[in-house]
Amino acid sequence: MSDVDEVIARVHRDEWARVVATIARRFGDLDIAEDAAAEAFATAVERWPADGVPPHPGGWLTTTAGNKALDRVRREGRRDAKQQEAQMLTDQLAGPPEPVGAIDDDRLRMLFTCAHPALAVEARVALTLRMVGGLTVAEIAHAFLVQETTMAQRITRAKAKIKAAGIPYRVPATADLPSRVAGVLAVLYLVFNEGYLATGEDTDAVRADLTAEAIRLTRLVRELLPDDGEVVGLLALMLLTEARRPARVSAVGELVTLDQQDRGAWDSRLIAEGHVLVRERLSSGQAPGRYQVLAAINAVHTDARDARDTDWSQVVALYDQLVRLDPSPVVALNRAVAVAELDGPHVALALVDPLSLDGYHAFHATRADLLRRLGRSAEAREAYDRAIALAGNTAETAYLTRRRDELVR
Amino acid sequence: MHYLLSVIDDSANPSPADEPGAVDTFNQQLKDDGYWVFAGGLERLDASTVVDARSGETAITDGPFAETKEFLAGFWVIEADDLDVALELAAGGSKACHRKIEVRPFDGIA
Repeated sequence: MSDVDEVIARVHRDEWARVVATIARRFGDLDIAEDAAAEAFATAVERWPADGVPPHPGGWLTTTAGNKALDRVRREGRRDAKQQEAQMLTDQLAGPPEPVGAIDDDRLRMLFTCAHPALAVEARVALTLRMVGGLTVAEIAHAFLVQETTMAQRITRAKAKIKAAGIPYRVPATADLPSRVAGVLAVLYLVFNEGYLATGEDTDAVRADLTAEAIRLTRLVRELLPDDGEVVGLLALMLLTEARRPARVSAVGELVTLDQQDRGAWDSRLIAEGHVLVRERLSSGQAPGRYQVLAAINAVHTDARDARDTDWSQVVALYDQLVRLDPSPVVALNRAVAVAELDGPHVALALVDPLSLDGYHAFHATRADLLRRLGRSAEAREAYDRAIALAGNTAETAYLTRRRDELVR
Repeated sequence: MHYLLSVIDDSANPSPADEPGAVDTFNQQLKDDGYWVFAGGLERLDASTVVDARSGETAITDGPFAETKEFLAGFWVIEADDLDVALELAAGGSKACHRKIEVRPFDGIA
């Protein structure tokens, strides 16, 4: 990769969301904004190698994208073309394009629009990755294992609904902010988990492109909403999870459980950053939300140099807190895993059995492990079979299969 | 923008009767806040008749156009700046009439 190519790749990463968001506000149309931004970057690829990189690449791209958008509006003979032109002129006369605060607001607007609750969840994810993350439709399609045309359609439909239904392009009112921020974070967590627990028979067990993208976007949200504890919590949770990625899959492509992982292979830089964020939230004195508690649980795990040093009573106490925030059976299942370490597999199994999670592979995997530890091999084998049938991750399937085959007859 | 707020009832799982006066209060609030365009409650499904004159001859049949458990029980037409406002009003309507509300934008209004 030449120097200019590298610069363009970096500028794309840093400036895409800003350019799209600014044009979207100016023209009131996500379609125009997306196309104009893509054209502006294509022009940069064409011209920068010969002309050199402009001193303010972001400004150059925004101006170029603005002109492309205006061209399109003119070409399509829109009634409001004149008005847009006047707006562009005012913008140009006003000197430097936008004060920093206003541009940041544009990116926030874009995030809230893409993660709007009136859109289907898969559309929110796709739209966020395209409009804010700057991934191509082909990249998103590949990440979610669907045809490119299917993904293109999903994004087009979502943009059409935004326009037709009047989904606003603005930061929600203060009263709605917590629930709407939660919606944005849920989208980012979905992207992260799809990378971390990648599904699909022939896919890599961990897709670092998706986890990295989720972390990058969460960092952006933190920049934009620095006072939101849950944003910090989610970032810490992602960092502390991502830190363990190098140790999570063995050389033969099998999942390595937390207690078996080579802790020396963990990314100490990410762990240090995650711990700082968790401590920052602890010292805030504010009641933590779900992501902050999950981050704290991961901080306890990553604090132990050896699995045997894990402070399980602390982990169970944090799960108790989480159950109060989110009394779902999945949380109860994860709590039971920690209880098994503290009070033994017998107590844990009594907590797991009544949960109605029959379609969830982790429920059967947990039962299988507890039954194995209790020496109930036949039942364990059945549970492993169920877990293997339901697990979508290649490394997990390999791990479960070996554990099943190792059971004493 | 104009939105149609459709009140959805379910014959398999009918909603309990709404509190007397709750819908009137909600309607008055819509009028006071300037969102109100038009609204109405509908008679029971078995009072409906389907007319089909597409072939040139008029065919008249008894009953609703589709056999579904869920049906339209009433509606509001409101004018609101954007979907967020419409969704908030729909939540108020849903509470007032104890039923689900579908929010759908008008393509145009005559």
